Amino acid sequence: MWNYTEKVMDHFLNPRNVGEVINPDGEATVGNISCGDALKLGFKLDENGKISEVKFKTFGCGSAIASSSVLTEMVKGKTVEEAAKITNKDIVDALGGLGEEKIHCSVMGMEALQSAIANYRGVEYRHEDEDEHHGRVVCHCFGVTDAKIRKIAKENGIKTVEGVTNYCKAGGACGRCKDDILEILQGVWKLESRNEEQLELSVLTFTQKVIKIQSIIDSDIRPMLEQDGGSIEFIDLRGDTVVVRLKGRCAVCPSSGVTLRNTVEGKLREYVSQDLKVEEIRG
Amino acid sequence: MKTMFFDYNSTTPVAAEVVSAMLPYFSEHFGNASSSHSYGQKALHAIDMARMQIAKAIGANADEIIFTGSGTEANNLAITGIAHKFRGKGNHIITSSIEHSSVYRQCKYLERCGFEITYLPVDKLGKINLSELEESIKKETILVSIMTANNETGVVQSIKDISQIAEKYNVFTHSDAVQALGKMPVNVDEIGVDLLSISAHKIYGPKGVGALYLRRGLGIAPIIHGGGQEKKMRSGTENVPGIVGFGKTCELAITNLDRNIEHLQKIRNLLEDKVRQHILGIEINSSGADRIPNTSSITFPGISSETLLVKLDLNGIAASSGSACGAAEMETSRTLKALGLSEKDQHCTIRFSIGLSTTEKEIEYAIKIIKHLINIHQC
Repeated sequence: MWNYTEKVMDHFLNPRNVGEVINPDGEATVGNISCGDALKLGFKLDENGKISEVKFKTFGCGSAIASSSVLTEMVKGKTVEEAAKITNKDIVDALGGLGEEKIHCSVMGMEALQSAIANYRGVEYRHEDEDEHHGRVVCHCFGVTDAKIRKIAKENGIKTVEGVTNYCKAGGACGRCKDDILEILQGVWKLESRNEEQLELSVLTFTQKVIKIQSIIDSDIRPMLEQDGGSIEFIDLRGDTVVVRLKGRCAVCPSSGVTLRNTVEGKLREYVSQDLKVEEIRG
Repeated sequence: MKTMFFDYNSTTPVAAEVVSAMLPYFSEHFGNASSSHSYGQKALHAIDMARMQIAKAIGANADEIIFTGSGTEANNLAITGIAHKFRGKGNHIITSSIEHSSVYRQCKYLERCGFEITYLPVDKLGKINLSELEESIKKETILVSIMTANNETGVVQSIKDISQIAEKYNVFTHSDAVQALGKMPVNVDEIGVDLLSISAHKIYGPKGVGALYLRRGLGIAPIIHGGGQEKKMRSGTENVPGIVGFGKTCELAITNLDRNIEHLQKIRNLLEDKVRQHILGIEINSSGADRIPNTSSITFPGISSETLLVKLDLNGIAASSGSACGAAEMETSRTLKALGLSEKDQHCTIRFSIGLSTTEKEIEYAIKIIKHLINIHQC
């Protein structure tokens, strides 16, 4: 059920520095219990400006507790400036590794520390380039903004929706925002993007229509069919009739007519034009 | 360390009598039931006997039982089989928001294929609303698929009323009865379903064998093609020992049904009474609803279910949760979400599912451990 390193297990079962610091110099709570993870972290400095006391309280899974625990050991004795340099990767390394789907636990640790330091400095915690809390909320299940997704993608070189989910949970619950996340990633990595405003078919030249249909089939329809072992090929455009060939499982599926009418025609009508009809050629 | 299993809804140990019934069919009577020689006929006979035992357990006829490789496959076969066969009539399927993933994911797949799926919500007690069901039926509707008993909360739906409504509109009814069989009476004629899925390993039978009840005269499209076994509905050489074990375990389940229900109810009630008595602030989900007698979904506010489960396991107690903190598995708490539990409570909920060998002593011990763990971890 769980796949923790010995170090994670040790920190999970015997967490260090649990509790609350009385009269802390810096303190912050990050995460949200409603998302399954929350972390409160506070610290106190000694006369030399070094962190002498640090405590945490975590609601979450084993790796969230372990991340917080190991983090408190890492910051003890450091100056605020030194502590501020700790990244989530340092936390993962200190734990001897974390599963991909648990990386967000280390991210939460880093955020708690940075927020507590910001609190000590008397400023709002802000990321260098943009404020993740002021973007547009993309993932409503976990309250993740587009700014945060962009930042995570850039910093960690993430190019897939799954990667984003592993780092910050966005897209991991209902999944409704997955298309949105993909678009954000496409923007970050300057991949080919579609979904410009729907243009009137009449203003498109024949070639533009073909390109548009091809791109919707490539970016939307085929990936959907491929999830279940099917596929589709765009053959021709004859007037308003899009001629396609269904392949793979779709080619032998008794319900391919339903797929053609509802999935293929539905998408093309939504993105290209209401006047389009879809026809299948076999063989 | 003593270990205790409170996760019988995930699977059960195979009963000794079931194992003995199966043994001769591994190496001695190993024939392929499709062969016409005596080896094959011996296997065929064993399958027929099992078919009768299973049919009897659910009030069906033997020729209405199709063996599959799992409860999941039975659910897949039922839903896709109806969809493919009756696509000419319509492309709309009604199900609920709390179904097992073998129904839910199959419906999601059909959605990508162009079918339209309605996911009915449930009320606070976990039951679907019958008038809402009726209102969602339209002329394109071909199937209503609602589970008999929920795997996470144990809530039992009024399948009889559901199938009566569906029948009024000439819509087929399927029910996933995998968690219900052996824990409550299940009679296909009485509840009036057209298709019903069951599985052996949830009722002290072997893993790797399930069955679909398919009402006589109703044809569906197969999802596995090949040698034409199981009346062409499910090709593949029959898992003879598994099927024999399934038959035997159904016979035992039905013979002892009343006694088993009484035992499970007594132990489950003890668990719930003790939890209420010793641990403050807990919530037993859907406790006011009609439930199968072995399942208890308990919310322990303030302690993450993942943490509690690991700690319980380290103390020898095996239980399970519907939700995990790993992002990828988040969708597994659909049932708790549909019940209206706050996201926080969804992360603090544990399922205890007890079995025929669970004792009062085990419950007392488990309560002691839980109480201790809650005291040191709750924040």
